[in-house]
Amino acid sequence: MEITDEQPVLSVAAAHKTYGTFTAVDSVSFAVRRGECFGLLGPNGAGKTTTIRMIYGFSPATGGTIQVFGQDIRTGFRRIRARLGVCQQGNTLDPDLSVLENLLVFASYFGIKRREAEVRAAELLAFFALEAKKRFQYDELSGGMARRLMLARAIINRPDLLILDEPTTGLDPQSRNTLWDRLLDLKRQGMTILLTTHAMEEAERFCDRLCIIDHGRVAAEGVPAALVAARAGCYALEVESPEEAMAEHLHEAGIRFDRSGRRLIVYGDDKAALIALRERFCAEAGFIRAATLEDVFLRLTGRELRE
Amino acid sequence: MITDARFSWLFLAVWRRNLRVYRRIWVINFLPPMLEPLFYLLAFGLGFSGLISEVVWHGRAMSYTDFFAPSMLAATVMWQAFLETSYSSFVRMFYQKTYDSLLATPLTVDEIIVAEIVWGATRAVIAAAAMLAVVAALGYAPSWQALAVLPIAFLGGLTFGAMGMAFTSVTSSIDMFNIPVFLVITPMFLFSGTFFPLTGLPAWAAGLASTLPLYHLAELTRSACLGLLGPASLGSAAVLAAFAAVFIPLSLVGMRRRLVK
Repeated sequence: MEITDEQPVLSVAAAHKTYGTFTAVDSVSFAVRRGECFGLLGPNGAGKTTTIRMIYGFSPATGGTIQVFGQDIRTGFRRIRARLGVCQQGNTLDPDLSVLENLLVFASYFGIKRREAEVRAAELLAFFALEAKKRFQYDELSGGMARRLMLARAIINRPDLLILDEPTTGLDPQSRNTLWDRLLDLKRQGMTILLTTHAMEEAERFCDRLCIIDHGRVAAEGVPAALVAARAGCYALEVESPEEAMAEHLHEAGIRFDRSGRRLIVYGDDKAALIALRERFCAEAGFIRAATLEDVFLRLTGRELRE
Repeated sequence: MITDARFSWLFLAVWRRNLRVYRRIWVINFLPPMLEPLFYLLAFGLGFSGLISEVVWHGRAMSYTDFFAPSMLAATVMWQAFLETSYSSFVRMFYQKTYDSLLATPLTVDEIIVAEIVWGATRAVIAAAAMLAVVAALGYAPSWQALAVLPIAFLGGLTFGAMGMAFTSVTSSIDMFNIPVFLVITPMFLFSGTFFPLTGLPAWAAGLASTLPLYHLAELTRSACLGLLGPASLGSAAVLAAFAAVFIPLSLVGMRRRLVK
């Protein structure tokens, strides 16, 4: 089936996954349009990786329908995966091979001819600043280099959809920024991207749309800025150990707020109202900042630790 | 809606990956199969010849080393293929997560597992060829039929490779491989008409031993080296093929269950 502009690159409809009595994904639905970057956000154990694995056919869904490029993953897994780039969580590079060989051998799994693979590998090594390292063995690579190589490997088949499972987790700020720059380049070239991440600030900046999933369900979906405006507001007042009277007042006045340990966070669009609150209850201990996606995330998924 | 095939020639890409890694350390891979026959034949030829004057195999009298040299070819095929699809495949699957990355490409579980088994058989052929060169140079493979050792090694390699992979599919930790090695492979190595003809065993034990795949593999390598391949050899080949025909599907079922989560 040919893809039309209206048809989503990926559509997940009521996807469901159980392991015995445990439900990992409980009816998740979303669609990714061509050329956009779509984020899947959620706390650990929310079902992000399981969802991603269902999409590329690593884990068969227990229920629901997953279509990629208009084909069902259950029947078209080989045709779909030929056009998919997957950067798995954690390092799955081949430790028996050098940097260059990792690319060449991976290309062969897609049936890409040797000569073509060499051309693409050279391009990718240059693009990811790995040219000088191409003869390096696996154990000579730093975490940032390994992740760049993972990403280079994932796009050796020039995929129509790139799936990234926590691409920046565990990297230092320099490596993380380099990686985001490269991802931004790919996005500008028109690559459709689906990613999971814990990095809220990065998701807010990078994703055109995103959905927050928790307990295997979609808790919210939309454009990042719109989600922040709708679910939190423009501003947040953070107060350290406020008097109980403050919470009571907020409760009575019906103002949105959250507790996080000893902290209290009040949301609102009216900055003057928040300033007034601060003057009244906590002149020293409170500060006002812009509301962020992290506020939305924590509002939706709760502030307690997930273990 | 057409469903994509579960098996295609793409499995050769995984086979080529293993060959590439093997070639990087080819000296280390080549030395054992070439040195082992030298050591064994030296030890048995010099040390044993005073104790055992000759051995009778299928009514033919021969020196002990003539009897034993082809056994080493069979044993090498078994060890090479079995160790490749047990320990080595387990390392790739469990520690290196290589299969996880392969399953994000168009490859299927079936293709990966068949490639590993065929690779184990290929390794067995390479080792058998290196060993055969030494064995023949020492005069223990006087017949041209000895070249048939190579296809025989491939068949035997598939059999033992499939057995190794079937164990791997149900093994939870690498230490568990001690169980098949000491309960299956080592006894087979000792009692399959390799070190002595089965006629030296009580009837029940000889009957049992003659059902073992290594017995049939050793019969084949010995017949080939001595130029005695005949109709009985087809029977032995059929037994090996039957073992492969059982264990290849078993390892596919086991690995699908293990890898598809």
